[in-house]
Amino acid sequence: MTPLAHSERFKTYFPPVATGIAMLAAWEAACRWFEIPVFLVPAPSVVADSFLNNASSLFRALGSTLKVTFIAFALAIVIGVLTAFLFVQSRAIERSLFPYAVMLQVTPIVAIAPLLIILVKDTQTALVLCATLIALFPIISNTTIGLRTVDPGLANLFRINKASGLQTLLRLRIPSALPYFFAGLRISSGLALIGAVVAEFVAGTGGRSAGLAYEILQSGFELDIPRMFAALFLITIAGVVLFVAMAGLSAWALGGWHDSERRIEA
Amino acid sequence: MAAAPLPSPSLAMAPAEAAPAVEILGVDKVFADGTRGLTPIDLTVAQGEFVSLIGPSGCGKSTLLSLIANLIQPTDGRLLWWRGGFDKVGQPGRRLSIVFQDATLMPWARVEGNVRLPLDLARMPKDEAAPRVDEALALVGLSSHGRLYPRQLSGGMRMRVSIARALVTEPDMLLMDEPFGALDEFTRNRLDSDLSELWRLRGFTTIFVTHSIYEAVFLSTRIVVMAAQPGRLFREIEIDEPFPRGDAFRTSAKFADYCRELSVALMEASLASGRGRDR
Ligand SMILES: Nc1ncnc2c1ncn2[C@@H]1O[C@H](COP(=O)(O)OP(=O)(O)O)[C@@H](O)[C@H]1O
Ligand SMILES: [Mg+2]
Repeated sequence: MTPLAHSERFKTYFPPVATGIAMLAAWEAACRWFEIPVFLVPAPSVVADSFLNNASSLFRALGSTLKVTFIAFALAIVIGVLTAFLFVQSRAIERSLFPYAVMLQVTPIVAIAPLLIILVKDTQTALVLCATLIALFPIISNTTIGLRTVDPGLANLFRINKASGLQTLLRLRIPSALPYFFAGLRISSGLALIGAVVAEFVAGTGGRSAGLAYEILQSGFELDIPRMFAALFLITIAGVVLFVAMAGLSAWALGGWHDSERRIEA
Repeated sequence: MAAAPLPSPSLAMAPAEAAPAVEILGVDKVFADGTRGLTPIDLTVAQGEFVSLIGPSGCGKSTLLSLIANLIQPTDGRLLWWRGGFDKVGQPGRRLSIVFQDATLMPWARVEGNVRLPLDLARMPKDEAAPRVDEALALVGLSSHGRLYPRQLSGGMRMRVSIARALVTEPDMLLMDEPFGALDEFTRNRLDSDLSELWRLRGFTTIFVTHSIYEAVFLSTRIVVMAAQPGRLFREIEIDEPFPRGDAFRTSAKFADYCRELSVALMEASLASGRGRDR
């Protein structure tokens, strides 16, 4: 065998890529063989064609959706972390607020979105608000658990050395919480994107700030199914890239020490 | 031989000549759930002693150590550290360090960062702390491992890091709760020899909890046998053997005699323990 076939990267990436190519080929072949109409299921080549033809409007839409996603994600991180710090200050605060955080989490975003869009004048703000609400909970709950999950032996060590509250926070609680926080980030990044797209669907905004959801809706009205697939493809890619970016960030931050980021030694 | 049954728990057990490092005066501990951790205990450990605590599990060894480390408060009685309160502990001549059963290292910090922790918490400047960290790592034979993370070390090496962290403050008293309990016999013997040497050179008072008869006899100047249910002091045995102690002592007839004596004392302590009978 060639050295390539032995490399870890090759073993990691070859199977999924090969599967993807095989599925696309089968899809293409099926569309041509059975002469499936384009308005039912377009062949990958037709979707690619539509993607290239509509690239400028699709990418503008992607940019708009990503802007909402990123602002919401950033807000969720800031609000989520601050809330978690508040929760670990006292059990009483956590007990009185946590049920509402749960209520926020279990209420479907599609159900609140129309209300928010009516209440908040500026559509862009309403979209960000929806996406933030949906991305918030994993950060709150993970960071709270993380800040509470401290090795009792280390806690005792800090006490024996007469560490101040601030020293304990900075040198013990925050580092202990990082793995949990990053796990929360990974979930939240995906949720922020979902929140943004769902909110766009409900708002149905057009014009210059139209996002990918609007592209999909519009393609539906015009029965332009290949363009619909192309937009869908972009959303998926955006979600995957976000996830991989968060995983990379987590590996970079925890790579040296945390079990979840350790490479398995063969 | 040197064994003496304790007629009453109030018997003071320190050699008269040395100043006490810690005095435990009529201390008992009842936990919040009503569990009786310790019945009133009197024990004085003199400066420079190496005292081992041994006894059936649940006899309150860890509880006693936590009391000495001021991690928990006695229900009744009181403790004195160098004839003073705990607020003075940490001052020169009154430094206290502890080593737990597992190494309890911060996984996110390198070995040198872990060892430096007590100095960092005391807000010592880094350039002042660095040579002391190097020295502590050299003491435990890990000079070339400072840049590694704990997960890159073996169990024995992690324990050494933990000991280096305890020694970096140049403690006057070292508390150890079954520090080598999780290690294999070979590693444990090596660490015992190293610890004994460190103790001899540095002269810190040591209170050492162990399950191992051999370890207790090899290391200690005095062994305190405890009994459970309720947790109490049962007997004490002085180990009359000069330091440094090496493999010659480990294989001597005297060592075997002490082990036998301690073993009998432990059996009796076990029988005297409430839980010992139904084992
Ligand atoms: N925090 C606690 N709450 C209630 N009971 C405890 C607590 N810690 C220890 N105990 C009890 O006190 C007794 C002595 O425990 P411990 O000091 O850990 O024993 P040892 O270290 O000798 O095995 C045991 O019966 C144990 O169950
Ligand atoms: Mg114990």
